[in-house]
Amino acid sequence: MKHVFRLKVGPVAFRIGSDWEAPLAQLRRLYAGYPTPEGICDFTVRVEADKPWRRRLRPSVAIRGDYVLPDAAPLPLAQGLLAAEMGMNLQMALGQRRYLLLHAGAVERDGQALLLTGESGAGKSTLSALLGERGWRFLGDEFALLGLGDGELRPFPRAVSLKNAAADLFADLPEERFGPVLSGTPKGTIRHLRPNDAAIAGMHDRVPPALILFPRFGPERPAAVRPVGAAELFMRLTQASTNYVALARTGFDALTRLCRSVPAAAIDYGSTEEALALVDRLWAAR
Amino acid sequence: MTAAARELTGLLTDPARAGEVADWTALVSAARAESLAGTLAWRLAGVPLPREVERLMEDARRASETVRVEALWEAEMARRALAPLGVPVVLLKGTAYAAAGLPAAEGRSIGDLDILVPARSLPEVERALLAAGWEWVKEDAYDDLYYRRWMHELPPLIHRARDRMIDVHHTILPLTARPKPDAEAMIADSAALGNGLRALAPADMVVHASAHLIADGDLAGGLRNLWDIDRLLRHFAGADAGFWAELQARAGHHRLWRAVHRAARLANDLYATPIPESWRIWDSADPLFRARMLARDGWGRQTARGLRFGFYVRSHLLRMPPLMLARHLLAKARR
Repeated sequence: MKHVFRLKVGPVAFRIGSDWEAPLAQLRRLYAGYPTPEGICDFTVRVEADKPWRRRLRPSVAIRGDYVLPDAAPLPLAQGLLAAEMGMNLQMALGQRRYLLLHAGAVERDGQALLLTGESGAGKSTLSALLGERGWRFLGDEFALLGLGDGELRPFPRAVSLKNAAADLFADLPEERFGPVLSGTPKGTIRHLRPNDAAIAGMHDRVPPALILFPRFGPERPAAVRPVGAAELFMRLTQASTNYVALARTGFDALTRLCRSVPAAAIDYGSTEEALALVDRLWAAR
Repeated sequence: MTAAARELTGLLTDPARAGEVADWTALVSAARAESLAGTLAWRLAGVPLPREVERLMEDARRASETVRVEALWEAEMARRALAPLGVPVVLLKGTAYAAAGLPAAEGRSIGDLDILVPARSLPEVERALLAAGWEWVKEDAYDDLYYRRWMHELPPLIHRARDRMIDVHHTILPLTARPKPDAEAMIADSAALGNGLRALAPADMVVHASAHLIADGDLAGGLRNLWDIDRLLRHFAGADAGFWAELQARAGHHRLWRAVHRAARLANDLYATPIPESWRIWDSADPLFRARMLARDGWGRQTARGLRFGFYVRSHLLRMPPLMLARHLLAKARR
């Protein structure tokens, strides 16, 4: 393709090609400081014109690559950066077979990892990014990669996707860590945030998981903690995994090992500060 | 033709040339787009590779093993649903290769379960599958009627719990196509597998693979289907010197010699399949088929738009006479 950007995030190398330079220029800026893969790339993403005449005339971007969803809707070129990000997520969700993939945010402290998972909108992305700026090391906000043989997490610190008002929580961070404001996307207004230098520098370490939390946000909700037993945890995590079924026996073995060895709890919170306090308390008591 | 597709066929043919590959990312993208990633990974097993490439090939081999187990399990589910009927159930394509342990199955992608049953048993087979949890995919009345009147298979069924598709064939080409293969003979001469199901006899297996590739469809995914033919021909002809004569006679019986002959020439051209000297003739259309099959670049994109459109039109003309085609397209456009 005309324009190419190669990117390594943790153990995964991407090759992103595009008909246009603009989305790749935004990616390069967003991922400044990340390593460039030297050999083969695990996945190819194509940010290309939906139809040949859509290259110049009302340009519209299709999200394609090695793995595709047949009914993925195209985006306007102004959201090309989002298309590339979604393309990388799609390759991971459909094509990743080396790790058990959990839809979860992850942060590290004291050499151990905290996983934040739950339905979308629960706040796992915002919480993991916030923790990453407050004494924890950010490992990822979208996918947690669990080693099939060793049960350890591989950091996958992609750019954080901050939705709508969430960006306000990071207003004190330098402007150069942010991507452009993408308004009118299918998920509202989105702004990407580059993880900090510690997250990027540590992206090749392995971290054993030590605690799993299921946050649930509700402004009127009283703060609450409920323990989650191993059986419930297993059922919830099968639903949070995009490749559990495809990994068959190895996926089952990795997931049962995780559920037997790591404690879990569901937390309700009404404000960010409340959530951070709950996390600190549960982490200390793990 | 693109360099990535040609490099892919070259490497499948001769894995020892792995050292010559300059752009592995492009090669893997082309292989994934052609559903040949698992096959490539098995062909490269034991060949010295750069470490990261080797790890990716290990992933692909593991993934293809899961695909194989799931496909065989789906066949077993169909066997259990159909066993009480006492009708012969013949596995086709990928699942058949896997169940028979043929080299064509090594690393192969397998999607739907394809089976062949006697035409007269269709109503009871349909009832038994519906009772066992399969459901119609297409609800459209025109599509349903079209399948039942003109196609060689029932409208596709999908299992509501396992989300897997089954194609129930009663012959191997649409009823509207000119050649009329002898499906009864195919079923009568099929061989029992150890698992209570059946597979086509070797010559019929090649006839079916060739009909599927050359006499039906628009050659999308053609490199994978041609690889099947290469593996089948090498395996069957290697074990039985009389295989070529038998294949030619059988193809003639099914009125599919032209398709088998062309498939064999293309396999010889792209995968160096050994074929009889007398089969190696020049045909003016072969270069078009060859170019169509290689229309895939190192980004996994299809190339040669005009040529692909030509083969798309051809696939419809093969399926039905022009007047019927016009009526069909009109009915589709109206809804």
